[in-house]
Amino acid sequence: MTTSFRPVLAALGCGTLFGFGLSLSGMLDPARVQGFLDLFGAWDPSLIFVLGGAVLVAIAGMVLVRRMAHPVLADQFQIPTNRRIDRPLVLGSALFGIGWGLGGFCPGPAISALPLGFGAGLLFVVAMVAGMVVHDRILAGRVS
Amino acid sequence: MSQYLTSFAGGLLIGLSAILYLILTGRIAGISGIVGRLAEGANAALNGAFVIGLLLGPLVYHLAFGAWPAVTISASLPVIILAGLLVGIGSRMGSGCTSGHGVLGLARFSPRSMVAVATFLITGIVTVTLMRGSL
Repeated sequence: MTTSFRPVLAALGCGTLFGFGLSLSGMLDPARVQGFLDLFGAWDPSLIFVLGGAVLVAIAGMVLVRRMAHPVLADQFQIPTNRRIDRPLVLGSALFGIGWGLGGFCPGPAISALPLGFGAGLLFVVAMVAGMVVHDRILAGRVS
Repeated sequence: MSQYLTSFAGGLLIGLSAILYLILTGRIAGISGIVGRLAEGANAALNGAFVIGLLLGPLVYHLAFGAWPAVTISASLPVIILAGLLVGIGSRMGSGCTSGHGVLGLARFSPRSMVAVATFLITGIVTVTLMRGSL
């Protein structure tokens, strides 16, 4: 086993756990997500517990991460240090929220729902990846 | 199990996955970042392996529970395309989505992530409220 193989195996395992967690949580279901965002209508608050559970574990885990000199399988942590609240952050997040509300999918659940074989789900992922590429190749750096 | 309990359990596993990925590889498990970098061919083995894992997740769910997770898509195809484009452009422009900002960003008490999460929750709620005429 080479050293570069182990991070890839870690990514596969973590991705699988992430996809399983999404499946269990209800986040895979656009109807549930839109019900969660329908705060003033038929509100379904259950997805708050997804975010709550995930953040709780992550806060506990961050205590451990801060005590580590470096990751188990890499030389250094790649944690964002930017603290500036700028226009791309706010505008991008606003656009993301509109798309999230319209379709009920965010990136993780959209990918994980692919094996279930919904044509509309596949179409969403194709459009999402196209949007990412359009941003990274054309729009990046133009919004400031 | 009640929906609240399964949602909480799912959330715990998502958090565990994100923190394990950080502890092992030193990287933030932000799905928009992982997919975006994979689309550009950057670090393809690592990002590709994570995406393959995301695809395997519901299969493991099926093995464990004998059923598929519910997926109910009601949006029309043009709306789906628009939604996908906005999610793709917005998540890359905003440097993250529900996972990177929502899970690890909030857990790191990052001010940028707090602003991002508040922003996409507000525009998401406004969008669904207008779409459904809830107010």
